[in-house]
Amino acid sequence: MNKLESRFGEFGGMYVPELLVPALDQLEQAFIDAREDASFQQEFTGLLNDYAGRPTPLTLTKNLVSNPLVKLYLKREDLLHGGAHKTNQVLGQALLTKRMGKTEVIAETGAGQHGVATALACALLGLKARIYMGEKDVERQAPNVFRMRLMGAEVIPVSAGSGTLKDAVNEAMRDWSANYDKAHYLLGTAAGPHPFPTIVREFHRMMGEEIRQQVMDKEGRLPDALIACVGGGSNAIGMFADFIEQPEVKLIGVEPAGKGLHTHLHGATICKGSKGILHGSHTFIMQDQEGQIEESYSVSAGLDYPAVGPQHAHLAQTGRAEYVAVTDEEALHAFQLLARKEGIIPALESSHALAHALNMADEAEQETILVVNLSGRGDKDLAHVTKILGDEVNG
Amino acid sequence: MDRYKTLFKQLNERKQGAFVPFVMIGDPDPDTSFEIICQLIDSGADALELGFPYSDPIADGPTIQKAAIRALKEGATPPQCFEILTKVRALYPDIPFGLLLYSNLVLAKGIETFYQRARDAGVDSILIADVPLREVAPFKQAADNTGIEQILIAPPNASDESLKEVAAASTGYTYVLGRAGVTGAETDANLDARALLNKLQQANSAPSLLGFGISRPEQVKQAIVEGAAGAISGSATVNIIENNLHDKQQMLNKLSDFVHAMKAATQKD
Repeated sequence: MNKLESRFGEFGGMYVPELLVPALDQLEQAFIDAREDASFQQEFTGLLNDYAGRPTPLTLTKNLVSNPLVKLYLKREDLLHGGAHKTNQVLGQALLTKRMGKTEVIAETGAGQHGVATALACALLGLKARIYMGEKDVERQAPNVFRMRLMGAEVIPVSAGSGTLKDAVNEAMRDWSANYDKAHYLLGTAAGPHPFPTIVREFHRMMGEEIRQQVMDKEGRLPDALIACVGGGSNAIGMFADFIEQPEVKLIGVEPAGKGLHTHLHGATICKGSKGILHGSHTFIMQDQEGQIEESYSVSAGLDYPAVGPQHAHLAQTGRAEYVAVTDEEALHAFQLLARKEGIIPALESSHALAHALNMADEAEQETILVVNLSGRGDKDLAHVTKILGDEVNG
Repeated sequence: MDRYKTLFKQLNERKQGAFVPFVMIGDPDPDTSFEIICQLIDSGADALELGFPYSDPIADGPTIQKAAIRALKEGATPPQCFEILTKVRALYPDIPFGLLLYSNLVLAKGIETFYQRARDAGVDSILIADVPLREVAPFKQAADNTGIEQILIAPPNASDESLKEVAAASTGYTYVLGRAGVTGAETDANLDARALLNKLQQANSAPSLLGFGISRPEQVKQAIVEGAAGAISGSATVNIIENNLHDKQQMLNKLSDFVHAMKAATQKD
């Protein structure tokens, strides 16, 4: 049986082939042992601080918000080594890989950020990485593919299915089924079968803990709301985890509305999806009436995923967190605004969270402190955004 | 409803093991799929494993993924699959057939509803590739309520304790994995399954069928020598369909030859 709780209310679980259960049990045990092992914690913290650059700053925006009642802070995960929050939990899982005596790492990636984080951690720790990436994403994210290869990872394009993130996950799980003896599947978000949602949250929870400390230091009180984008949901759950028991802090997850929630082109699984099982977890997914998985869509590859982490499904169902959706257009607007007003180019993913925070800031009628998880930087998106906005920006 | 029990009893009397081919329902299209299934039975298959096409089959290798994609492209849906099954059952009242599919298809209309539909279509057993023992309770409950056998998988890496639990829970038969990995004929079953089969037998398991990487008569023979009640062959069967899409008659002839050869290998000395 599972040693840790494998469900969040009715969501979560371990819906995998019987063959993978021993590998997931082994991972759960390694995680439990590591949590109680001071030398593991010391090594993890050392890497986070001295290699990746934690703690990341909390930046008060100067020009972005016009409402004088509102203070909008950015948690600067964009400044973390690798360019996004992903590096946190990847370092944790890479250390677990070594702890389990495994020498290879399998990973999936959509936008390439998780792939880059995996490649850098494996380069550092002497692990052999192979990273599955949908062939469409390999084309769309060429610079990240090059980064991964530069750091010694093997990038394997996946043509099966739709050739995007969900197919890369399928392929990674198939690889793992054959190679669990020597390879760890380093899943990139707080989704998938137990114990991944728990492990990924715990290896990201320092984001929320730092925010608590930093806001207390600057403001002497807790923030009113935390806002993060949600694809699989790792940056959001890492930000929320430390505040779940404090209902006075609003938790808001922002899903990709793509071309609009009235269209089929979106990835808003909580706002518009239904309950089902995908990639090992019972959660909200995008599916047709018969249970076939539907394609998701978002301008941001990192949010383009037809499922969501099971804890988010639970937080939505209990009402502890609120989930909203922001369109491509609104996200692109926020992306430009942050660049122009603050000199920070955010990832398109994080731009979704920012767009919603800006709406909240406009509507605030009392003193309000908002924190947005600026989960990644926008360098990876420049080629894509140039295609969409090039003429408008270049004039 | 005890078609498996009757089958294994008859095979025992004839000193034979079971040969069980797998195909995807609706592959390559509904009419041809029906003809394929009938051909497999007419050629001597003892039982059938039948897949429902699913968009994200994580336990399947390229051959069976492609079969699912072909079927989905032709618009295959679970209701259509049940229609085909109903037609087959009307023609062949005695042969056991089992479904092998993924959990989300079962969940979509409610677990109980799915099992009822399956029973109404004449299905004997259900194996859900992404539901391990640990998550099986609500599915097993529906199976018990509808008189369907819930099949579980005994993998080569399972602990003795897990094997005992699988043996206790799996009814109809137990699906024994011949190797790790996903379905496919590219990689042969490579383990000596004897130890695994012995443990299951000691735990009073339902008869064991060995699957994954079984594509040749000598492997069927070996599985039975090692103590399996029979062998399941999926990707090798589906490969014949894929390689003969342009010529249906040739496809059916080759399937017939294949089943005859595999079945012949089930005769014990």
